[in-house]
Parts: sequence; structure tokens; C-alpha cells
Amino acid sequence: MMKRNSTLIVLLFSILFANAQQDLLNELERETKSTTTYTAATFKSTRLINGQTVETKGKGELEFIFAHRFGAINTGFYEFFGLDQAYVRIGLEYGLTDKLGVGVGRNSYDKTMDTYVRYKIIKQSAGEKKMPFTITAFGIAAYKVSPKKEDATYDIQPVDRMSYTGQLLIARKISSILSFQLMPSIVHKNTVDKTKENNDQIALGAGGRLKVSKSVALTTEYYYRVDVPEANPFYNPLGFGIDIETGGHVFQLVMTNTRGLTERAFLTETAGDFFNGNIHLGFNVTRTFQIKRKK
Amino acid sequence: MKKILLLIICTCSLSVFGQKYMTEKSSVKFFSSAAVEDIAATNIMAIGMFDLETSEIAFSIPITEFKFVKSLMREHFNEKYMESEKFSKSTFQGKITGYQRGIVGSQAATATGKLTIHGVTRDVVVPGTIEFASGQIVVKSKFIVKLVDYSITRPQLLWKNIAEQVEVAVDFTFIPHDEKK
Repeated sequence: MMKRNSTLIVLLFSILFANAQQDLLNELERETKSTTTYTAATFKSTRLINGQTVETKGKGELEFIFAHRFGAINTGFYEFFGLDQAYVRIGLEYGLTDKLGVGVGRNSYDKTMDTYVRYKIIKQSAGEKKMPFTITAFGIAAYKVSPKKEDATYDIQPVDRMSYTGQLLIARKISSILSFQLMPSIVHKNTVDKTKENNDQIALGAGGRLKVSKSVALTTEYYYRVDVPEANPFYNPLGFGIDIETGGHVFQLVMTNTRGLTERAFLTETAGDFFNGNIHLGFNVTRTFQIKRKK
Repeated sequence: MKKILLLIICTCSLSVFGQKYMTEKSSVKFFSSAAVEDIAATNIMAIGMFDLETSEIAFSIPITEFKFVKSLMREHFNEKYMESEKFSKSTFQGKITGYQRGIVGSQAATATGKLTIHGVTRDVVVPGTIEFASGQIVVKSKFIVKLVDYSITRPQLLWKNIAEQVEVAVDFTFIPHDEKK
């Protein structure tokens, strides 16, 4: 009886002691207040294919964006499958805060100048504060320099050249490799040919990204234009791409049926039929510089 | 017999709950020096516990809370190197030895235990200091972490930006656990 009891004591003692040994880290975890973790890098760049992503630049970051779209690959050998012709957009974007960014750009397609603002309204998060989506609002104003006044078919005024696009970008990073985004958009063009277009065009976009390695991802983007007039000659923009990230650079190699690189142009004036071979190769190359250091 | 048993259990319980210290403030820094750039980051969100009786120490560092001077560094650190969505915390659990209790002022000590970074746990022995001041204990240490030891890979294109090893400096101030409540 006595022997049994002492065995029990030793056993109990060792259990208690063992607990004290092992559980300091567990005890610490229990003491930890639950925190909120915000999702980072839903997409690699502020551009998905032609359009925008929910991403904003960090505070004090300046991004130089150089994008171009070649001619259609079905133009054959004479145009070297489109590589002989390229339209370029050169742009800059700056992060005023981690949430608020501003940008300017010039696209040689339609000689368009643009300026825009983006603001991250909601950040996807897990933990104490749960939020399933990241939502960014995006607004851009564009001024189309072409055609020249003397070449225009009517008495064109500067106000006729303006267009505006508003977008709500709603994204969810489903896992570290998979992200989805919805982009309800509205384009307002001050002056249009009413037989073919409306002044206001609503487009609903969807896109996504699948990472295939730490630095390479596959992307896609499609916009569906709602309630398009019957005589409208344009197509819905569709694109596929590969994102390659190397430090401060992101290279995006894309295939798309549009050549425009501002919202007005690719949302409402996409000229190519993707499934008829009117596909344009293109690149978006971004380089990020930290202009102002974070404290 | 039962009384003795009860007494032992009580004593054990007391020792478990009576001597714990929690971090009041903490700082974990790391520094990497490579051909292209120096990278430094600071994290003040780590929490730790120190058991005065057994000299055991444990701490936990939330990886996403490291702050960098460049936003892109933080993104890459979390996404490419630490994979913080998978491995959200780095932890240490071990014992501090080689110091004398009751001495006021800083003295050398050694921490021996298990360091977990990027999901990889390794046995480490790191030098540091421990300081008993009025009502608080300050533990500091500086040590080197080799990325390869913790399966942290450097993309080939970026190897010039990232050092093979980083210097880590931890600085914890502990106060008795009850005072926190």
C-alpha cells in the first residue's frame, strides 16, 4: 500500500513538473491577445493585365510604369506578327500614404493623357478583426489629344476630349497562391457617336491570379460591357498574362485583344476579336523606388 | 498520506503560478548586409515569458509585425522569404543559465533551447545578458541566424540583395506577471 502511494506521488510530481517544463510557450500563446493580420500582396502589381488591381503603393513609393502593346499577331510575317508596331504608355504612380495613391500617364494609343487617384477603403484581414475582401476605389480622368482640331469631323472642343472612369475593385486573396478580383466600372465619355455608343458605359470585370512559384504568377482579366448599342463595333476586353517579379521590378507579359492602356480605351474601345486572332502581345514593366523612407 | 500528496500538489501549483514574468516591452531587430543593400527591420510586438524559478524563457514573434524602411522589403520579407501566411510566428523556448540570482546589474548569461523560424526548429545556444533591476528583468541577446539553417531560400535573381546570414538582436523587459493584470 505504502509503496503504491509513493509511486503515485512520484508520478504526479513528475507530471506536474513536466507540465511546467513544456508549457511555457503554450502558456504564452494563451496569454497572447488575438491580433489582426492584414493580407498583403493580393496581387504583385497595381495592374492586373490592362486594368487596375486593389494594390496601392506604400507611403513614399514611386512606381515607374512602362507598358506597351504590339500589333495583332494575326497581321502575319509582314508586320512580324505585330511586333513592328507598338503603342506605349509611360506612367508614374506615387503613394501619398499606404492607402492613397496618385498617378499620371501618357498613352500613345489615341494620344491620351491621364491622371488618377486610388484609395484603399477596406483591407482584407484575419484574426480579431475579420474582413473577407480588400476594396479599393479608383478614379481616372483622361484627355484624348487625337484627332487634331483640323482633322476632326466636327468642331471638336477640349471638353469633347475628356472621359472619366470610376471603378470599385473588390479582391480576395483566397490563399497565398490564389487571388480573385471583381471590378464594377463606369466610363463616362463627354462626346460619343450616339449611333454606336452611349455616353455612360457600365462594365463588370473579373480577374484573378494564380502563383506558380514564389516569383511567377499567371493572371487573367475580363470585362463585360452591359447594355451595349447594337451598332457598337467594339469587343469586351480579355487578357491573359504572366507576372514575373525580380526585386523592385515586376514584368508582366500579356496577351490581350486591346491596345489601349487607359480605362476609356480598353473598356469601351477594344477593337480586336480575341477568338479571331486579334491578339496583341505586350509588356507592363514596373520599377518601384522608395522616395521617402518610412520612419 | 493524502495530506502529503495534497501539499505536494499545492506547492507545485504555487511554483508554477508564482514566479512568472511577462514582457512589458520588447524589441526584436535584424540586420542583413549584402552587396546591393543593407536591410534592417524592427519588431516591437513580440511577447515573452520568463520563469524566475526554473530560469525558463519563451518568446513568440509575429513575423508580419517587422517594420522596414521600404514597403517593398516588408512585402518580400513576408511573401518570399518568411512565408508568413504559412509560418506566422517565430518562437524560442529554452532556459537561461550561467547567471547568479540576486546580483543587481547586467551580467552575462547563456540561453539554450529551441528556436523556430520559418517552420524549422533548431537547437541553439546563444550568449546574452540578464539584468535584475527593481521589479523587472531585462534580457538581451545578439546572435546570427543562417538562412539556410531554417530553409529560407534566396531567389537567384536576388542573391545580391540578401545576405546569407542575418544578425538578430532581442531585447526583452519582463515584469512580474500579476502586475500586468
